[in-house]
Amino acid sequence: MATVRSELAKARGARVSDTSRWREAGLALLFLAPSIVAFVIFFYYPFEQLVLRGLYRNNIAGDNLRYVGAGQYGDVLGGDDFRQGVWHSVQFLIYTVPVGLLMGTVLAVVANRRLRGIKIFQTIFTSTVATSTAVAGFIFLALLNPSIGLIKSPDLLSQPSTAMFGVALVSMWQNLGLSFVIVLAGLQAIPQEVEEASTLDGHGPLRRFFRVTLPLISPVLLFLLVVLVINAFQAFAQIDAVTRPSGGPNGATETVVFKIFENRTPDRLGEGSVMSVGFFVITFLVTMGQFSFLERRVHYGE
Amino acid sequence: MASVTFDEVSKRFGTVTAVDGLSLSVVDGEFMVLLGPSGCGKSTALRMVAGLEQISDGELRIGDRVVNDVAPANRDVSMVFQSYALYPHMTVAKNIESPLLSKPTRVDGEGNGDGAPVARKLNKAERQERIDEAVRMLGLAEFVGRKPGELSGGQRQRVAVARAVVSRPAVYLMDEPLSNLDAKLRAQTRAELIDLHARLRTTIIYVTHDQVEAMTMADRVAIMADGNLQQVGTPREVYDAPANVFVAGFIGTPPMNTAAGAVTGDEVEVGPSRIPAPGSPAGTDVVVGVRPEHLTVSEAGTVRARVHHVEWLGHEAQVTVDLQGDTVDEVTAPLAPGSSPGRWVVRLGSGVAPPGAGDEVRLQVAAGAAHLFDAETGWRLGAEPDPDRSANDPVSVG
Repeated sequence: MATVRSELAKARGARVSDTSRWREAGLALLFLAPSIVAFVIFFYYPFEQLVLRGLYRNNIAGDNLRYVGAGQYGDVLGGDDFRQGVWHSVQFLIYTVPVGLLMGTVLAVVANRRLRGIKIFQTIFTSTVATSTAVAGFIFLALLNPSIGLIKSPDLLSQPSTAMFGVALVSMWQNLGLSFVIVLAGLQAIPQEVEEASTLDGHGPLRRFFRVTLPLISPVLLFLLVVLVINAFQAFAQIDAVTRPSGGPNGATETVVFKIFENRTPDRLGEGSVMSVGFFVITFLVTMGQFSFLERRVHYGE
Repeated sequence: MASVTFDEVSKRFGTVTAVDGLSLSVVDGEFMVLLGPSGCGKSTALRMVAGLEQISDGELRIGDRVVNDVAPANRDVSMVFQSYALYPHMTVAKNIESPLLSKPTRVDGEGNGDGAPVARKLNKAERQERIDEAVRMLGLAEFVGRKPGELSGGQRQRVAVARAVVSRPAVYLMDEPLSNLDAKLRAQTRAELIDLHARLRTTIIYVTHDQVEAMTMADRVAIMADGNLQQVGTPREVYDAPANVFVAGFIGTPPMNTAAGAVTGDEVEVGPSRIPAPGSPAGTDVVVGVRPEHLTVSEAGTVRARVHHVEWLGHEAQVTVDLQGDTVDEVTAPLAPGSSPGRWVVRLGSGVAPPGAGDEVRLQVAAGAAHLFDAETGWRLGAEPDPDRSANDPVSVG
């Protein structure tokens, strides 16, 4: 009898009480602590400093810090410089993102077969992931060179109207590997039996692609879209590597990131900070928009 | 409606032969179950009918048509997959409609005046009619707007069957369709499939490794091992007269008891035990088989054994015994797969008090219950396969 009672007492103790809930919350906090600490040190604190820095202006030497207030945000974000940068970034995005999605899908569909030696092609298609931007830039400088390049004319990079496209070529090429790998992984996750069911249902290649394959890789394509958009917005090294002067000709390839980079001198840190914050907000909104608009049209398995 | 004929059909993957010269006729309207352990080639055989595997050798006919090189969609078959293979992004209704969209569907009674079936594309109203019919048949009305992810395993399974029946094909192919269901649902769905077959009377080829499914559903069972057909027959035939020790051991739970012995007079000698087998060719070495339910504990018994352990199941007791005698350790003859030499199981009804572990017992073999198999080939005496087939017919043991 005594043992029964002690067992009952134990069982009663197992009920969730307020004390144990607090204890649980404390434990959760403990487990979350490493990521919270890392986020605070490397993201929240610097971001807060950035936002605050946008409220100040200083002289050419970088001292004599003066508070100018939120007006600086209005001036910079409404200014021609920032708007031009955003437009160039959007141009770059329009050149690179659709091509990335399309080429990644095409290559992955072509290479997703059970053929002898297909691994070799899969490796080749993937290789651009491992190429540094400087190398990619150098390759395209050579390819696009008007006198020695394979693609001699027209000289894309020297015309303000075509320079952005020339730079985008570098990115398109570099994105191929990433897009290919991601879409291929998505294709290989489609259950074989579903493809076989589609075969038995008599779907031709096109119908199968649009009715079965594409919906099933849509989550992967959404992910790729988000990554490509962020990549496009963040493009800097390829612009720096292939344009002379950097961001040229005539500022035609100065994206927002490039403008921020140019505003890194001590006297313009305030402006640079404002642009950074503005650009963060744009990237954030675009990404949120992609998720909320597209998620409804995307099918995530079960 | 159509028959399916395998004529010496083989499938090789590189150097591995998955199906070896399979000859099997599935009669029009028959429920044929391909039964065997995993890796025996049963699924490969089914997939060759579907057209999902190329045929390496031989001829496959659906009805009178050789289909070796016919595209899967043009074979007039439909398939239920083990994983159901539903399209996860489509509603139940769209899933069921899918086979009607891209390939011609058979429509009865439209032939040029003679009422023969015609294959053509259906219009929207006709498709809806077919969907409604399949939905009604499988009780899916309340789920048509849902996606597979929102359904339980049993409901998904029914959608897969609905997608198979909607185009009214000549042959249904089912690849272990019940193996992802829990035991209770499996029994229920089994009954539903039997019912469905009774209503449709369409040829079904059904692959399973579960002998209970085979015994309960099949008109005929084809038992395969190592890519070879072992026996074809009604469930009763394969149970009552297994063609070889493999079938004897594969059909029945617990499996048939087997032991190596020699025929002397009207008996088989297994060590000190005697098993009555009238009319056997004297002097031959045999493997003798007795089903557990054909043994009783009796003073007059001629089989001497010691009880190893007893499993009491309520409605019956399964008594595991060790046969007495030294010969059992030196057995080279093919015994039933999975059995240990000299160890038999006796099935006693609930009315009989089982013996205790360690008891010496004598077992009585019911009259005419002994099965005799050739000690070398493992095939039933008097039922060896055709000589031209025996070459590639090694019986799998254990």
